[in-house]
Amino acid sequence: MNAHGKNRQMTAPIETAAGPAQPMILNMGPQHPSTHGVLRVVLELDGEIVRKARPVIGYLHTGIEKSCESKTYSQAITLTDRIDYLAPLSNNLGYCLAVEKLLGLEVPKRAQYIRVLLTELTRIASHLVWLGTHAIDLGAMSVFLYSFREREEIMKIFEFVAGQRMMTSYFRIGGLALEPPPGWLDRVRRVVESMPGHVDEYEDLLTRNRIWMARTQGVGVLSAADAIAMGVSGPMLRGSGIAHDTRKAFPYSSYDEFDFQIPTQTAGDCYARYLVRIAEIRESVKIVRQAMEKVPAEGPIRAEAPGIVPPSREEMKTSIEGLIYHFKIFTEGFVPPPGEVYQVIESPRGELGVFVASDGSPKPYRVKFRTPSFVNLQSLPRLCEGRLIADVVACIGTTDIVLGEVDR
Amino acid sequence: MESQENDRNPAVEKLRAWDAEAVAEVITFRGETTVVVPVRHLRAAAEFLASEPSLRYSFLSDITTVDRFPLEPRFEVNYHLLALERKDRLRLKVMVPGNDPALPTVIPVWPTANWHERENFDLFGIRFEGHPDLTRIVLPDDWEGHPLRKDYPVEGYR
Repeated sequence: MNAHGKNRQMTAPIETAAGPAQPMILNMGPQHPSTHGVLRVVLELDGEIVRKARPVIGYLHTGIEKSCESKTYSQAITLTDRIDYLAPLSNNLGYCLAVEKLLGLEVPKRAQYIRVLLTELTRIASHLVWLGTHAIDLGAMSVFLYSFREREEIMKIFEFVAGQRMMTSYFRIGGLALEPPPGWLDRVRRVVESMPGHVDEYEDLLTRNRIWMARTQGVGVLSAADAIAMGVSGPMLRGSGIAHDTRKAFPYSSYDEFDFQIPTQTAGDCYARYLVRIAEIRESVKIVRQAMEKVPAEGPIRAEAPGIVPPSREEMKTSIEGLIYHFKIFTEGFVPPPGEVYQVIESPRGELGVFVASDGSPKPYRVKFRTPSFVNLQSLPRLCEGRLIADVVACIGTTDIVLGEVDR
Repeated sequence: MESQENDRNPAVEKLRAWDAEAVAEVITFRGETTVVVPVRHLRAAAEFLASEPSLRYSFLSDITTVDRFPLEPRFEVNYHLLALERKDRLRLKVMVPGNDPALPTVIPVWPTANWHERENFDLFGIRFEGHPDLTRIVLPDDWEGHPLRKDYPVEGYR
């Protein structure tokens, strides 16, 4: 705060013979390491003070929503991985739940618990990437190396279970793609046992670190009223003191059976959001632990819905109905009733809403992804206007954007 | 098209009691309530829903359009509202004709609508009157056409 006031004096407008100096326009990005992808921010500067900031997006627009309209409901799942590539399983879940809601399909409990377990691991992995990159943006190199080390263990679990590290497409309409391989829970156990200790390690490096506190406390303040007005969600909303979490407010996939807290902070600055996300990692570990106990060792992983959910491999090979259903599902797809649904889940970044409109054909008539990054990024000018250029980096980091999700 | 029931949703009842003309139709499907609002009542209905103390739909989640080409009215614009305290969701639907589609902006009610409206302008070509900066958001400024319209080819214009 002091440095801010001092700099304001040092950078008072310079009077020249031609009149007051013009503000300087600085293009930050789209190729800039701290923009976490291809975000461009046009900054209007008065010395080192940001007078105006205008995010310019779209450099990663790939028309995913348009592509979904020409694919069957099942085929579109693979596109959802690519929206938020740091939390592919959360996107899979949001889309599958939306289509299941459209169909009125109930997923077996075992599949629901596995979904919860894996999406919470996704949340931890995504928060680890955020923590590492946010810290490296502000000059703390070692946190990045540590958090990516732990993230790698989680990625190995995804690879073990789904066959892919990132583009998992593991959740399917009506359940899961495959039976998880034997021994997968031991791997999960190893990760969650060690995770609280690792989080302590990050906290040792940052939480009471004077440089970290100076760079984040009082920076990028967003009041509760502003946060609601700007439609901000997820850890950003909770960092501003609003205890709203879709997992509690509108439970899906059996989240109401889990015991966890909604971490909140009231300061609304970058430091508050840092504390919220760190606490969320700990809460996610708690949820994963509970899910590990709840997951039955055996049981169905797919709903019984002939013509919608593919039959098991064995059934397909041994029964004629199974073969016919398998063939029909993978050639024409299935037909949900006409109607519209909006399914919301709590992704690592906030409210991920999936709107699906069906016209009674095997392809979705319209799919819309209400992505948290897109909406949260809109608040960036409010966070950094009137502050130093260096704070813009902190503000971009704290919004935790994924550009794939912003542009779609 | 969707199952229509006489809905007992308190928000719908209050909206109807406030102005019966603001509710053209109520659709309930899979536990979600949709209120179809005539275009001329949109702004006032939005203000009422956001500010009425017993409703408080203070959080606008999303604005999204469905193109019903070649039907008329061609566009359905959906506003997804959330009441944070009451933990309740509501969808407002506005029908917009295909010939010069235009709607009043809701930015004064929900400032977050700014980028959502730009996105719908960019991808569907719907004008939001009163928007302070109605420019393309994900496509380049010189892009031709509005890709999420149903008469726009998937592979683009060649």
